[in-house]
Amino acid sequence: MIYLQLFWEFFKTGLFAVGGGLATLPFLRDISARTGWFTAAQLADMVAVSESTPGPIGVNMATYVGYATAGIGGAVVATLGLITPSVIIILIIAAFLKAFRDNRWVNAAFYGLRPASTAMVASAGLSVLLLTMWNGAAAGLSRFNWKGAVLAAVLLVLTRWVEPTKKLHPIVFILVSAVVGVVFAF
Amino acid sequence: MRELLDMFLTFARVGVMTFGGGYAMLPILQREVVENKGWATDEELTDYFAIGQCTPGVIAVNTATFIGQKKRGILGGVVTTLGVVFPSLVIITALAGVITAFSHLPWVQHAFAGIRVCVCVLIFNAVLKLWKSAVKDRSALVIFLVVFAGAVFLDLSPVLYVLAAAAAGLVIEVIRGRQKR
Repeated sequence: MIYLQLFWEFFKTGLFAVGGGLATLPFLRDISARTGWFTAAQLADMVAVSESTPGPIGVNMATYVGYATAGIGGAVVATLGLITPSVIIILIIAAFLKAFRDNRWVNAAFYGLRPASTAMVASAGLSVLLLTMWNGAAAGLSRFNWKGAVLAAVLLVLTRWVEPTKKLHPIVFILVSAVVGVVFAF
Repeated sequence: MRELLDMFLTFARVGVMTFGGGYAMLPILQREVVENKGWATDEELTDYFAIGQCTPGVIAVNTATFIGQKKRGILGGVVTTLGVVFPSLVIITALAGVITAFSHLPWVQHAFAGIRVCVCVLIFNAVLKLWKSAVKDRSALVIFLVVFAGAVFLDLSPVLYVLAAAAAGLVIEVIRGRQKR
């Protein structure tokens, strides 16, 4: 039964998450809130693992969530659920490829979809930020994660403005952050 | 049969070499699929990629389905898709077990607390990248702000925002069409 539920949840995610990469994140957060299969903190760790291992992030996240929820069978079912709508949609589109690309209404729908997808990822990011910096909402200044804020500022500078480190793969920053976390007892 | 196996293995290789997905995957596909196998041209690959990016689902999966479909029809599309997700299944399943087994150790918890900070920064950077291609004018900004406020303060399913935003895009196109006339 859990397999059916997992398949359905990930089928919906695959059907509605547009834009690749972290576009599935808001859907996974929604699943976590509704089902309690995994916590928001676990989800943040899954993002880190998915970014640092081979394979597309969306697929890795689905596999991870499926595994955390229902073991190896869950991993397989969640991944299949995620890719099923893609396969169906692409097979249909492939049949009339050019007409789809140049269609005015298809483009209009995506004009609306792209900022919405960006906003949902931003909102999911905000909730990860609150969890990381305040350990959830409204815990007050005394509980503020000062060490984390300093690390975040340094990482932000290194990933955006410092030329030699800007192009490094995310896995480098993830590993460095893990070491910093251990050394400074985050 | 042999060709299908070759397709599965080629896309499994693409899956292993793709760290992060999205644009990271394009050069690898160019080498494996265009240069080594000749299954698609550079132009076709760019088209598939563009559509894969704006259709629902994971870009890597969408592109794999396209190329497989072109080569061997529906069966081909299914085989290449399974190929591209296969490494994720094996690697993540193996790793998740290890992480769960050690997650109670204090130093592992410290490491993940550090990693979580990094994840915040990575998500922030991803949002900026999306923003550049998505929010190009005032109406797009309005859609962004409305959905963002909704996602932060209301407890609605993301599916609703997706449907509403697509509808908003269509309405805006209708209004613009009238203004032109």
